[in-house]
This record gives sequence, structure tokens and C-alpha cells, in this order.
Amino acid sequence: MNQLPLVAVAGSPNAGKSALFNALTGARQKVGNYPGVTVERHSGRLILGDGRPVELVDLPGAYSLEPASLDEAVTRDVLLGKQAGERQPDALVIVVDASNLDNHLRFALQLIELGLPTILALNMVDLAKRDGLELSAERLSQELGVPVIDTVAVRRRGVPELQRALDDMLSAPVCGVHEHVKSDLVHLQRRARDIATAAVVSETPVRRWTHRLDAVLLHPIVGPIILFAIMFLMFQAVFTWSEVPKSWIEDGMAWLGGAVTQAVPSGLVRSLFVDGVIGGVGAVITFLPQILILFFFILLLEGTGYMVRAAFLMDRLMHAVGLSGRAFIPLLSSFACAVPGIMATRTIEDPKDRLTTILVAPLMTCSARIPVYTLIIAAFIPNTRLSWGVGLQGLVMFCLYVCGIVGALLAAFVIRRGVLKGGGGGFMMELPKYQWPLLKDVALGLLTRTEIFLKRAGTIILGTTIVLWALASIPQAGPGQKQSEVSIAGHIADGIEVVVKPIGFNHDIALALLPAMAAREVAVAAIATVYSIDSSDEPGGAKTLEQRLNHAWPLPTALAFLAWFIFAPQCISTIAVTRRETNGWKWPLVMVSYLFVLAYVAAGLTYWTAVALGL
Amino acid sequence: MNAPFQLEAIALDRLTVGTPARVAHIDWAALDTNEASRLRHFGFDDGVMVEPLHLGPFGRDPIAIRVGRMTVAIRRRHAAAIRVTPLAR
Repeated sequence: MNQLPLVAVAGSPNAGKSALFNALTGARQKVGNYPGVTVERHSGRLILGDGRPVELVDLPGAYSLEPASLDEAVTRDVLLGKQAGERQPDALVIVVDASNLDNHLRFALQLIELGLPTILALNMVDLAKRDGLELSAERLSQELGVPVIDTVAVRRRGVPELQRALDDMLSAPVCGVHEHVKSDLVHLQRRARDIATAAVVSETPVRRWTHRLDAVLLHPIVGPIILFAIMFLMFQAVFTWSEVPKSWIEDGMAWLGGAVTQAVPSGLVRSLFVDGVIGGVGAVITFLPQILILFFFILLLEGTGYMVRAAFLMDRLMHAVGLSGRAFIPLLSSFACAVPGIMATRTIEDPKDRLTTILVAPLMTCSARIPVYTLIIAAFIPNTRLSWGVGLQGLVMFCLYVCGIVGALLAAFVIRRGVLKGGGGGFMMELPKYQWPLLKDVALGLLTRTEIFLKRAGTIILGTTIVLWALASIPQAGPGQKQSEVSIAGHIADGIEVVVKPIGFNHDIALALLPAMAAREVAVAAIATVYSIDSSDEPGGAKTLEQRLNHAWPLPTALAFLAWFIFAPQCISTIAVTRRETNGWKWPLVMVSYLFVLAYVAAGLTYWTAVALGL
Repeated sequence: MNAPFQLEAIALDRLTVGTPARVAHIDWAALDTNEASRLRHFGFDDGVMVEPLHLGPFGRDPIAIRVGRMTVAIRRRHAAAIRVTPLAR
């Protein structure tokens, strides 16, 4: 076997582990998954001074080898060589926060006991110094019996020294790994404290930045106001900042459509490109700016350490419906997309809390609903200004978000008193020091999101759009017939229409619901495809999709369609990730059925009420 | 270490914000396994210095507590299992 030496980077949460990993590997990184669990595996390559490559793996942060969460279990199993899909590391780089040594050394001591060749990175020494704490790496090294190197990972300081130490260590002959003898946690903790004290050169108490900020941000009155203001700013930004780039993409798509229309002779092929591919996928890609802005805010809130404060502020309210403050982070992420949101629930330690959060996460208005909402609102809600500069369209959008949130809280309340009774009630979190995240790291996160979104647009959405286009175009309608009724898709929709007719849905909606199972935004692509195919026979048909819809649907139907999308679990990816996270089909099935029932009832109530009011 | 004078031990959830205290005893039996190990991971232990820093805005729950050099948030219910001796400044 010609495997590269494997070096694991391990440490407690908030030690700056990932920053150090980024500093060591640069852009040579891979994000994968450990088989069977949904813990991400970050690995990368490091080239040593003599040109030898080494594989580096960034283990999930852990407080000790006695796991209290899924992430920690993976860390332990990798270190003990028991993790499927991973060999036991040949060497360790332990990362500790210099200003939190007495805590982080406990895990470090446990790791050193494993007997692997080990280097300790004494990270964030600059912040410790700012807080008036000076430490001696030499003394620490003597106490621990392993090399200790001062680092400031975010400024790349100490990284060359660390590489050199790694080089020396991997060149030295490896002495056999001895059996892991577990020391008791309490003793380790006490020893850690003694060593931490011994390593202190000088300490002058300073009022710390984090405490000053927390005095404001966690203030019982000011804190929630600031949280609300940040959320408000975030959603404002999503809709206002995105307008300009969105119009660029729309113009680009229109130009592309025009160019293809000119170049390709009229017929099925032109229809496939213009109506199917450009019309369908283009309609979805225009929402990329909004999705990126939302993710930008979420990455920033996570990176600065504010997200945990938000969880602290919201914990009590979440507790009232049977969730914990920890659920706030996954639920907030679900506003971008339920998939990362559901994956983020693995930080929730209580299994019932976690499952409840997973089940209600799809109710948060994810960015894929934005296309659907925007289209219907633009088509049916007049763009009138109410007082204080609040527009009616914006207000309706806001109400849709609120309905999602209220729905999620009510659902959690019912689930916690029904299927998932008992247990829970835990909320224990470390409040890390505030720090300004590296813009590079935020950019890296955004890049990954863009890639995922475009890949989705390029595969699932493109695929379903083409299939739908084919189903909607074949067979071709004769004179006097409507294409959307004669085609194969039209006949399938006839069947669905029977079920959804009572809640006010027409034939076109029935047609759009089926492909929208792949992803909600496909509904827009589907509607766009259907109407552009239908309209290609119309004379002078250069009407916008909004105008066509406004003409074709009564208002109660449009409102019912909006209500449907608040609840309907129309997203294959969400269902798939739920299955993976809950290890079976039971919970995804529960999720899908309760959400469809809610969607049907909500759309029905909306429709009947609107009709009764004579709208 | 010598405090100027020691007061009666009380539950940590009843300690006023900004009052440093020393952990006298933790009732591990009142916590479930995961909660207990999490508290240990945070460094809660007999003899450790703690100080409540902030209270949650609703129902004064959870509580942000300085323990050693770390700040952690735990629920009032967990804090009730920790008995501390307040130290007068």
C-alpha cells in the first residue's frame, strides 16, 4: 500500500482548528462525508519541506474522548482507529486556545495519552496577549512532553514552524503505539489546570472585548432588539440588494433566448432550448443573488460568534414550544435551505429535540420558495404603497414568512406533546470570543453554496425541465386545441386535478406540482414552460409570465397556491437528507405526510375563505 | 485560597449576576449522563470559580456563566444542581 501519512488536526470547539487547517492546506481541500453518519470530513494535502506529501484531516471539535454528540463520536472513533472509511492517523496536531488553556488542555492530555506522535499548536497567542496573558511554550512543552508551537492561525503566524516540526516528527522512526489507558476525566481536568497555571509567565487582568460586547448584545432589553434589527436587515438585504444583479441575469437570459430564437429555425428544437432550457433553468438562476446574500449573512453571523448569542437570547422562547435555543441556528439556516439546516441539527444533543427540529425545519421559508412567492405576488398583488413606505407586496411576502414560522412553532408544540413526548430540555453551549471572520473563509463558504446551487440547477432542475417540456410538448396540439391539455403531461395533470380541484387548483397548477416535487423552484420553471409553449401559437404573445398568470388564474386560486407552498414538502433533497439524518424511512414519511396534510388544509381554507369573501 | 469571608452555600441559579463564587458541590445525580459530561467538559468541578454574567431575556433563563476562562450558557435547571459559596469582593 502506498498511502500518504495521515495527520489528524484535533482540538476543542472554538480553538481555531479549522483556521489552522486552512492555513496548512490552503486551497488543496476536499469536503466529504463519513460513511453512515452525516458528519462532514474535511481533508487536504500538505507538502512538507522535502516535497513529501502528507494527508491532513480536520476532525470535528470535541471536548473529550467521551462523546456527548455525533461529531464527538466520529472524532473519538477516528482517533482510536475505529471509524469506518478512515485509517488511524499516523500523527496528531492538537490545537488549543491559548487563552482557554485550563479547559482545552484536558482534551489535549487525553489525546497525548493515545501515544501517537503529537505536536501541540498553542493557538491565538495574540488574543491571549491582548487579554493580558503571557504563556511559555517551552514550559508547556516540558510539562506535556510534546513539541509546542505558538501560532496565530488566522494571520498564518507560526505555520512554517509548525510545518517544520511536523517534518521532523514524520521523519523520525515511529515507536509503537501503546494501549490507550483512560485517565479519569476529573483528574485530567485537575492536571490540565495545574499545567495551565504552570505555563503562565505573567497575567494582568484586562477588561475583555467580548465581555463589553456581551453586556450590550446579551442585555435583556437591548439584546433582543438588536437581534430583531439584524434579522430585519438581513431579510431587507435579501430583497433589495439582489434587485440589480437579478436584473442582469434576467437580461442575460432574455438576450440568450433571443439569440437562440434567431439562430435556430422554428420547431421542436428551438422550443426545447428557448422554452425548456433557457425559460426553465433561467427562471431559477435569477434567484442566485438572493440565496447568496442570505448565506453571506448566515456565514457572517456564524463566523463572528453572534449566532450562539442569538441562540442564547431565543432559548427560552424555543423552550416554550419544546425546542432548545440550539434549534435556532438550524432553523435560521433553513431560511436559506432546509438541507444545511437539517444537517446543522446534529449539534443538538438531545435526540428528541433534534428530531423535532428536523421535522419542522422545512416549514421555514427556504430560498427555493422565493421564486414561487415572487412570481405569484408580482402577478396578483397590486404594487401599492401603504403608509411609512411599506409596500403591499412586501407585506404579503412578510406574512408568508411569518406563517411559516408560526406553523413551525405550532407543529413543534404538537409534535413534542404527541409522537415525541418527554425528554429534552437541555441547552448547554459555549459562548466563544467574538472575532471577525476571515473574508477568505466567508468567500469560500459562499463559493461552495454557489456551486451546490448551480449544480442543482444544472442537473435536477435542468433534467426535470426537459422531461416536463417533452411531456408538455408531445403530442403536438392540432388547430383549436390547447397544448397544455392535449399533451401527455396534460393527461397526468388531469388525474392530479381531481384531487386538488376542491382547494381551487386548476389544471396548470396540477401540471406544475408534479415536477415541483424535485424542488420547489421548479414550479416556476414548469409554469413558465407551460405558458410559453401555450403562447407560442398566440398572435402578438410577448406578454410577461406575470401578465399571463394574472389573466389565467382567479385570485383565490393564486392565494391558495401561496398557502400550499408554505407547507408542502416539495423537495427531494430535504426528504433525502432527512432519511440520511434519521437513518430510515419512518421520519421522512411522517414529515412528508403531515406537511402535505397541512398544505392541503391551508390551501383549502385560503381558497374557500377568499371565495366566500368574494375576492 | 482565602476569601475575605465566606457565605452560606447556595444554588448557582440563585446567585446574583456579577457575584463570583466557588463551586462547593455538584449534584451529578440531578443531571442526565450527557448533561453531566457536558458540564464536566465545560470545567465545572468542586472548587472551581464561577460567576453568572448574563440572564436570558425571557424568564431569566438560560444563564451565561463564566467558568474558569470560558463563558458558557446553561439552563436554570442545570444551574440549580450546582451549589456554590459566594465570595464577597
